[in-house]
Amino acid sequence: MMKQRWLSLFVENDIGVLARISGLFAGKLYNLDSLTVGTTEDITISRITISLTSDDQTFEQIKKQLNRSVEVIKVVDLTDTAIYRKEFMFVKIHECSEQDMMKLTYIKEVFQTRVIDYNTSVVLIESVQQSERNDALIQLLKDNFSGRLEVVRGGSVAIEGIH
Amino acid sequence: MEITGAELFVKALLAENVDTLFAYPGGQAIDLFHALYGVEGLDVILPRHEQGLIHAADGYARSTGKVGVCLVTSGPGATNLVTGIATANYDSVPLVCFTGQVPTHLIGNDAFQEVDIVGITRSISKYAVTVRRREDLAATIRKAFYIASSGKPGVVVVDLPKDIQQTLGSDMYPQSVMVRGYKPNTAVHMGQIKKSLDCLQRANRPVFLLGGGINIARANKEMTALAEKMGIPVVTTIMGKGAIPNNHPLYVGNLGIHGSYAANKAVSECDVLFSIGVRFNDRITGKVSEFAKKATIIHVDIDPASISRNIVVDIPMVGDAKNAIAALLEKAPDFDFAQWRKQIMEWNRQHPLETELHSGGVTPLAIIQKINQIFSNAIITTDVGQNQLWTTQFLELTAQKQMLTSGGLGTMGYGLPAALGAQLGNPDKDVITICGDGGIQMNIQEMATAMVYELPVIVCILNNGYLGNVRQWQEMFFDKRYSSTCLRYRRSCSATCNTPSAACPEYTPDFIRLAESYGAKAIRVQYREEIENALLEAKNTKKTPTVIEFIIEREENVFPIVPPGNPLSDMIMGGKEG
Repeated sequence: MMKQRWLSLFVENDIGVLARISGLFAGKLYNLDSLTVGTTEDITISRITISLTSDDQTFEQIKKQLNRSVEVIKVVDLTDTAIYRKEFMFVKIHECSEQDMMKLTYIKEVFQTRVIDYNTSVVLIESVQQSERNDALIQLLKDNFSGRLEVVRGGSVAIEGIH
Repeated sequence: MEITGAELFVKALLAENVDTLFAYPGGQAIDLFHALYGVEGLDVILPRHEQGLIHAADGYARSTGKVGVCLVTSGPGATNLVTGIATANYDSVPLVCFTGQVPTHLIGNDAFQEVDIVGITRSISKYAVTVRRREDLAATIRKAFYIASSGKPGVVVVDLPKDIQQTLGSDMYPQSVMVRGYKPNTAVHMGQIKKSLDCLQRANRPVFLLGGGINIARANKEMTALAEKMGIPVVTTIMGKGAIPNNHPLYVGNLGIHGSYAANKAVSECDVLFSIGVRFNDRITGKVSEFAKKATIIHVDIDPASISRNIVVDIPMVGDAKNAIAALLEKAPDFDFAQWRKQIMEWNRQHPLETELHSGGVTPLAIIQKINQIFSNAIITTDVGQNQLWTTQFLELTAQKQMLTSGGLGTMGYGLPAALGAQLGNPDKDVITICGDGGIQMNIQEMATAMVYELPVIVCILNNGYLGNVRQWQEMFFDKRYSSTCLRYRRSCSATCNTPSAACPEYTPDFIRLAESYGAKAIRVQYREEIENALLEAKNTKKTPTVIEFIIEREENVFPIVPPGNPLSDMIMGGKEG
């Protein structure tokens, strides 16, 4: 079944490891929606959160291929488990009129984002949400401030909930 | 005691029991060669091209079961290994390739002869790493040998910057190393063993499908015993050929797009397909949705990623083939599938492989049958193309005979250098390479290597003046448009010629004079009666290679063939009806 999946990889924090993982996806034509990486409490280990859309058989193969990489210490499948996941995003809106500013105040409220910088015509919003919610926010901003947006997204990070 | 990185490198090779090193020097490897100078117990072989070098190491590794070791310089030395790395890795051959590299402070500067070989080989190796600190050198080399030779074997690339080679440091070399991300699973799950035996209990038409994994695990004897105990017929892939002796009554043949009629039929009709050490490559499955459609599929492989990738299997078993076979042998009851075996024998009788279109001439079948008769303790390598397909079809492998072939990548130019490596590792065996006139020219410079190291390899060139396999496809599936496949073509020819004749321009080079210029013995065979004497003369020639050029029918084809996209049962048969 085609659906979105979540993986958490524990990998060696070493040069070339990210290239190996992303190269695997590119070389084997696996779909990749987002990939984030950062070190863990143990600086020799990095944790990579990957979201991807695939069918069951391809997904099984992706997990096996990742597991086969010498640099990958552990592959955790977070699909269908209780997890927390969030994505960090900045959005800059240019050429704002006073009316635009009003609109943004409502949007900010509804989406629970924060304005972290502004001047008379530019507003910078910080949004920490699930990625789908960030998608929705971008869509709404596009509808209202077309051509005046600047977006940078961090990709999702995820962790298992506490049972 | 403090020693240089280069000295530690030599110490490490000796500690790993490396007795043969395939090496080609250059600026960024010169310190390593300096340390190798005059070292006892290590035979340093200098081939004539790095591609030949790595295929030789590959042939050495496949034929001895030991790790093949390469040493080349940075830049072009390293990139010339690339085809050989992919070739070996694809066929699960254990190699460790050391590449010289510019000093760490110059990496990224586009320095002279700098390439990112680790980046280039990342997707075609099991593991690739640049040593960035002298104190990591020993553990990295130990890790390289461990990873290359364990689990599903493969190629490890170790990139050695010049300053690492020169820096003084500890002389300690570890006995073992822990790699937390790498734990090959070799034990088998007994529950799955039981399940597979239950499945066989209910079977009427079971088949063993054996791949290269049997040969890699060196489980041939055990496998033969298992097949005998259970009375189950055996089909092999090209890489699995020789898993049980080819003259064994239970052996059916190779399957696949050039497999035997009986083997393809048996897999299409079986009700249990017990596969070990295969990966269901597209060359053996034909149309996937029709593959072994009536069968419950059992699959044993050491690589979890090979299971249910191309063909979804019913009973998966991760583990070493040898362990799985031992566990099965212990628990297996005596079965009798006499009726089913009789049926397969009948198919074999109706459509034997050994049919000839051009009987009476110097045919591939006649050549290979003579090789079967004359050589009893031998290693046979192939190149790629029709020469390879005929060899995999007609060659008879027994416990004393082994075939080395580039099955996965299909690398032209593999045959000759692989034969040199095999001869170096097996001085007491006859080593024969069966090549086409196209592939032999891709690494023919290694004739010099054979000469200087006194390697009496027998180079059989099946010369049809064509890149025959592609030509066959052009004949059968592309309206006989012989596009860029004629090797006798000259400017004076029509660009669209598809009718070879006696009037065709002469072949260049003249293989006889070329071989003789290397100092080799050279024999041209144009009549069937000459085949045997030529092979006998070559067999009796010591310390010198022999080239035998067999002039074969120009448009000889390989049959049967399963046309692209067809199920295995849909074969085009060749030869005489019978």
